[in-house]
Amino acid sequence: MHLELSGLTKSFGSLVANDSIDLVIEPGEIHCLLGENGAGKSTLMNMLYGLLQPDSGEIIINGEKVVIDSPSAAIRHGIGMVHQHFMLVPVFTVAENIMLGREQTRGGGVLDRKKAYARVRELSDQYGLHVDPGALVEDIPVGVQQRVEIIKALANDAEVLILDEPTAVLTPSEIDDLIAVMRQFKEAGTSIVFITHKLKEVKAIADKITVIRRGKVVGQAEPSASEEELAEMMVGRAVELVVDKQEADAGDVQLEVRGLTVIDERGHTAVDNVDLDVRAGEIVALAGVQGNGQTELTEALLGLTPVAAGAISLGGKNITRAGTRERLEAGIGYVPEDRAHDGFVGSFSVAENLVLDLFRRAPFSAGVALRTGEIERNCEERVEEFDIRTQSITLPVSSLSGGNQQKVVLARELSRSLKLLVASQPTRGVDVGSIEFLHKRIVRERDNGTAVLIVSTELDEIAALADRIAVMYRGRIVGIVGADTPRDELGLMMAGASKQEAEVEATEHPTTLGSME
Amino acid sequence: MTTDTEPVVEKPPVRRRSGLPGWAVQALVSLSAIVLALVVGAVLIIIGDEKVKSASSYFFAAPGDTISAALTAVGDAYQALLVGAVGGLNPIAESLTQATPLICGGLAVSLAFRTGLFNIGAQGQLIVGAIFAAWVGFAWHLPVGIHLIIAVIAGIIGGAIWGGLVGLLKARTGAHEVIVTIMLNYVAIYLLQWLLTTSAFQRPGRTDPISPIVDSNAQYPQLSGNRLHLGFVLALVAAAFVWWLLNRSTVGFELRAVGANPDASRTAGMSVGRAYTIAMLVAGALAGLAGTQQVLGTDLPLTDGVAASVGFDSITVALLGRGTPVGTVLAGLLFGALNAGGLQMQLQTQTALTLTTVLQAVIVLFVAAPALVRSIFRFLPRERGLGAVLAKGWNG
Amino acid sequence: MTTTEATEPAGPTEPVEVERTIESPTERAQRIRYGSILLVLAAVTILLAATTGDGRAAFGLLGGSEVLGSAAAWVGILVLLAATVAAVVLPFTGRAPRATAALAPLLLLFAVMFFKTKGSASFSVPAGATAWTLAVLAVACAVVWVLRVAGGRLNGLLGSIVVIGFFAAFLCWAVAGKNLAFPISNQFQGTLNFATPLILGALAGVVCERAGVINIAIEGQFLFGAFTAALVSSTTGSSAAALIAAAATGVLLAALLAVFSIKYLVNQVVLGVVLVVFATGVTGYLYDEFMQENAADLNTPHVLTAVKIPGLGDIPFIGPILFNQTVLVYLMYLAVAVVTFVLFETRWGLRVRSVGEHPKAADTVGIKVSRVRYSAVLWAGVLAGLGGAFFTVGYGGAFVKEMTAGNGFIALAALIMGRWHPIGATVAALFFGFATQLQSQLQIVDTPIPGDLLLMAPYLATVVAVAGLVGRVRAPKADGEPYVKG
Repeated sequence: MHLELSGLTKSFGSLVANDSIDLVIEPGEIHCLLGENGAGKSTLMNMLYGLLQPDSGEIIINGEKVVIDSPSAAIRHGIGMVHQHFMLVPVFTVAENIMLGREQTRGGGVLDRKKAYARVRELSDQYGLHVDPGALVEDIPVGVQQRVEIIKALANDAEVLILDEPTAVLTPSEIDDLIAVMRQFKEAGTSIVFITHKLKEVKAIADKITVIRRGKVVGQAEPSASEEELAEMMVGRAVELVVDKQEADAGDVQLEVRGLTVIDERGHTAVDNVDLDVRAGEIVALAGVQGNGQTELTEALLGLTPVAAGAISLGGKNITRAGTRERLEAGIGYVPEDRAHDGFVGSFSVAENLVLDLFRRAPFSAGVALRTGEIERNCEERVEEFDIRTQSITLPVSSLSGGNQQKVVLARELSRSLKLLVASQPTRGVDVGSIEFLHKRIVRERDNGTAVLIVSTELDEIAALADRIAVMYRGRIVGIVGADTPRDELGLMMAGASKQEAEVEATEHPTTLGSME
Repeated sequence: MTTDTEPVVEKPPVRRRSGLPGWAVQALVSLSAIVLALVVGAVLIIIGDEKVKSASSYFFAAPGDTISAALTAVGDAYQALLVGAVGGLNPIAESLTQATPLICGGLAVSLAFRTGLFNIGAQGQLIVGAIFAAWVGFAWHLPVGIHLIIAVIAGIIGGAIWGGLVGLLKARTGAHEVIVTIMLNYVAIYLLQWLLTTSAFQRPGRTDPISPIVDSNAQYPQLSGNRLHLGFVLALVAAAFVWWLLNRSTVGFELRAVGANPDASRTAGMSVGRAYTIAMLVAGALAGLAGTQQVLGTDLPLTDGVAASVGFDSITVALLGRGTPVGTVLAGLLFGALNAGGLQMQLQTQTALTLTTVLQAVIVLFVAAPALVRSIFRFLPRERGLGAVLAKGWNG
Repeated sequence: MTTTEATEPAGPTEPVEVERTIESPTERAQRIRYGSILLVLAAVTILLAATTGDGRAAFGLLGGSEVLGSAAAWVGILVLLAATVAAVVLPFTGRAPRATAALAPLLLLFAVMFFKTKGSASFSVPAGATAWTLAVLAVACAVVWVLRVAGGRLNGLLGSIVVIGFFAAFLCWAVAGKNLAFPISNQFQGTLNFATPLILGALAGVVCERAGVINIAIEGQFLFGAFTAALVSSTTGSSAAALIAAAATGVLLAALLAVFSIKYLVNQVVLGVVLVVFATGVTGYLYDEFMQENAADLNTPHVLTAVKIPGLGDIPFIGPILFNQTVLVYLMYLAVAVVTFVLFETRWGLRVRSVGEHPKAADTVGIKVSRVRYSAVLWAGVLAGLGGAFFTVGYGGAFVKEMTAGNGFIALAALIMGRWHPIGATVAALFFGFATQLQSQLQIVDTPIPGDLLLMAPYLATVVAVAGLVGRVRAPKADGEPYVKG
């Protein structure tokens, strides 16, 4: 299928999210759409998939102009999409999710589950995407959920498949599997639009690259282009891909975790007998695929989730039984992984959010009375120090960009003296400029002698920040390795291999991305 | 660096923002809603009016008769309503008297709203407050001044217990406050009915459910020659207190934070359960205060009708007041005036008092859907609806 | 006779896979809460037994066995016993949910009553001894429950023995030494009767909320339904027309709920409360202005009469309870079955549940979220309107202002206690019906407890149930959240 987008424009209020975008997707090509967070990639694809209507511009399929005013129209025209946040109903089975919208029935609208199961099995055999049609989606790992999403698109006979940031939830070897599947589709004549901001992936996968910046197409690139060239096109200026930092000057152990076990809501062992030390003045990065217990581990450190067994001590003091507030007051700073959910109160002003865990202390309150003047003064200082871009300090935080929201959270946590900083996915959904800034501030905090624990699913981020790397898999720490460990070894450890196994396997079977280092 | 957690598209589209401040826009929407509600009310008055009914029987012969009868009916009814509400000192005093418990009850609902809780239980809290206050009022005999203070405090404590119980259950077990408050309303009603059959509460020599009259020392002093009493001043003081609590105190900061985002509040070291308990405790206390205003101000003996529908009307008052103390006072005054005017209307034009209930519901319905009001009155600028402020389901 | 069958479940033939998941903190908290409630209930049962007066407790039954030959009666008893055994066995083999076992004591009780009807229309037991037996049984079951014998597989069964034991002991305590027999058949018959509007209302709530629209306005729909049914029945004399009109006005209020929540994105709890006030006002006004003066013409509805289903209605004990009811009750049976089937086995049901859980996912596969939500809310309006009709044409006769007296809110509580499942909501509604009927029956037999406190009991029980048994309930994920495209 030949797909052409011509002059697509979409604006929200004064913000032009997509400005006259032209794009041609040839049949059977893998077309990468490269752009940083907030560049307008998702808006473009949502227009193509009928979730948004363009203000102007045309979509042309096989030479004919079409109107895509709903996802069903997109599906009818052979467009399928695997969304970044999976569009799956967690309490439905795999088969129910795949049949939804085009249900197999026995007449009279009664579902024919047998037929639906058969169809799922047929598709999963055909493409080697193994799924159990009867399993509940909430019970299967994210990697498998992605397979369900792909099968969903295939079940609609998609001729163009849009994959929105598909690699975020995968290990390097799973990414290799995905690349293989994509090549299989390509052979069959299906075109693929691959949306990402990761340079290595683009180079490994793409037939053609289109770079988008601030809602505009800034140019095409060849997969042979260097990462630096691609980064410069994407951001609009030369980017330091490596954070400039000195060797760590590690001091005493600040955080000591022994035998920590956490049982989650559903009775699964989310954190399994974990031992971990973080010393003053070093950055330890916790690597792993999303959903392997990192979230529960950090929540246990903060006292947000109950500990089933084990001990946590901070600066030699046992805090296993302490409440969240006591731990914060004992000197833990925390940047949660989902900032909109846990990091700030969206309807509160910037000023209020900057004292969210400080308002009970002097100088922000006296007795039970708040001192609004001090709160505003603090806000002005932090806004200045962290270069938070906001029109007014009375605006709600939800109106800020992702990068500025994250700066608000980090500014708040760094505005008191810390023994330990725990930062989960500190740069998720943040533009490159803010990423550089946030990374620098985290390194500076380390240099001030704070122990830092970073949780990240991004190997690039881990490579940029870590002094030591702890790899987590299914609730256990499978190994603690040096910052210079090759990507493929980390990837294998993230899939559960021990350090020794990973070393051997990585040299024998390098992955596509790993071999690019 | 992984994901676009907030793609630009999820930001609400901003269109046609006016230069007016938020409160002015809200006031405009509220005014328009009142106008629309009066139109709906007019339709009900017309179909309920005897003269219109008889004139419509020969509608095709003389349509003018029907129309003039209709206009007269609406005009008379609304004139009576207006006169009964603000036509002179006595009507105004009556409006303020009617508004008094509505303001306190409305504050009880508003405060809980701001903490993310739907307090449907003002009725029960008010009843228990009234029981406590009445008992102290007639069973104890204390000097002037002290008796009133003790009785009011007893009422506040009674309401606080009934409300705090809800907060505590929510904090400890996660029991949804909507269900618990609805159930406790019924428990309070039956508790009151039962108490009024016991020797401790039933007036000696009576067989109907009525208590002795509270001592004159325990009654709110009258402010003028009519029913308006000191409780009205207390209602305004309560509103000022709630404003200070929410906007200028650390407790209120915590309540608002928990109301807007409980997860982030917990992460910032606040105790969500404690906030729920405090909010419901204070809300119950405010409703209890409303109970004292009923039983120590206007009703004097305790009967099973002490709460009337004040507790339920408080919910609509709070909704109309958008959960703010100032808004709640204004909404309470409006509904108080409607109640007082409605009584006059029933007296003068035989239009049933239940019409005011319809008016109140329709006003809130329109206020809650500013987009609808705007589609009727096109000149209104955009504003976020109540839904946007308080959008929460069972899981929230 | 049944011993061989009964021993079978103890040693399941196929090896049961033992799940070795560790108890999560939530599960633990829940177990402690469930356990303490059962222990408290058992302790209260002992207290009841200790204070039970002398004499015998008499119970009355309806439905003699003359109609059916004794052979047929034996078949009936055997069927009930077999069902009892099946209720225990099936959950063990994984062919039915564990909660099914909770039915077993009830079925057994029915079998015994069925047997009892062979003799006279009433029987009596020694009150004290019976209460003590029940108390010991309740305590034993509660203790076994807490100790998690059999890995919690018997929980449903044990829990229901404690609850039923408690109620039976309570009855012995209340009617000990009284001359009047406590009418057991009436108790169950009345339970169904009172539960009918609650079940219809709760089912309406289930359908709405499964589609993601919170429905607090059930009470308002009841009022509309009750008012219209009375009016139409009085003016046309046709009960069918009355029911259809009641359903139509239920849909009318549902339409307001749908438009304001789906189109104007109004907060749905707010909306529900306001719609109840609106319905109260409108029905109140129309009553004041029209109905009251012309009561003879406008407010003398025909109350539906019980229709005995030939054959089924003649089954001893069970027949009069289940199959000698009004057409509204039969409609309720139908509604439970239809709603359950439609929600879980049809295309429409799958779509309804998808827009209630994850509307955006539904949108991306081409489902029109708003359209599905509108259809769910409007169809639910039919059920709630019919439920409202119960109050006038189904039971009470003339319409009175605010006559639904909070039943709509109880239906809402039933829906939440039933965890948004049609069967669960039905069971919870039956519990409310049981409590209401028990209260009115006990007033007749003149018990030591004041009527007001008995009236309070179902509401207190709900608080305990919501706080203790259900705890942190999980509503459909998108329940109450308006869906905005994009």
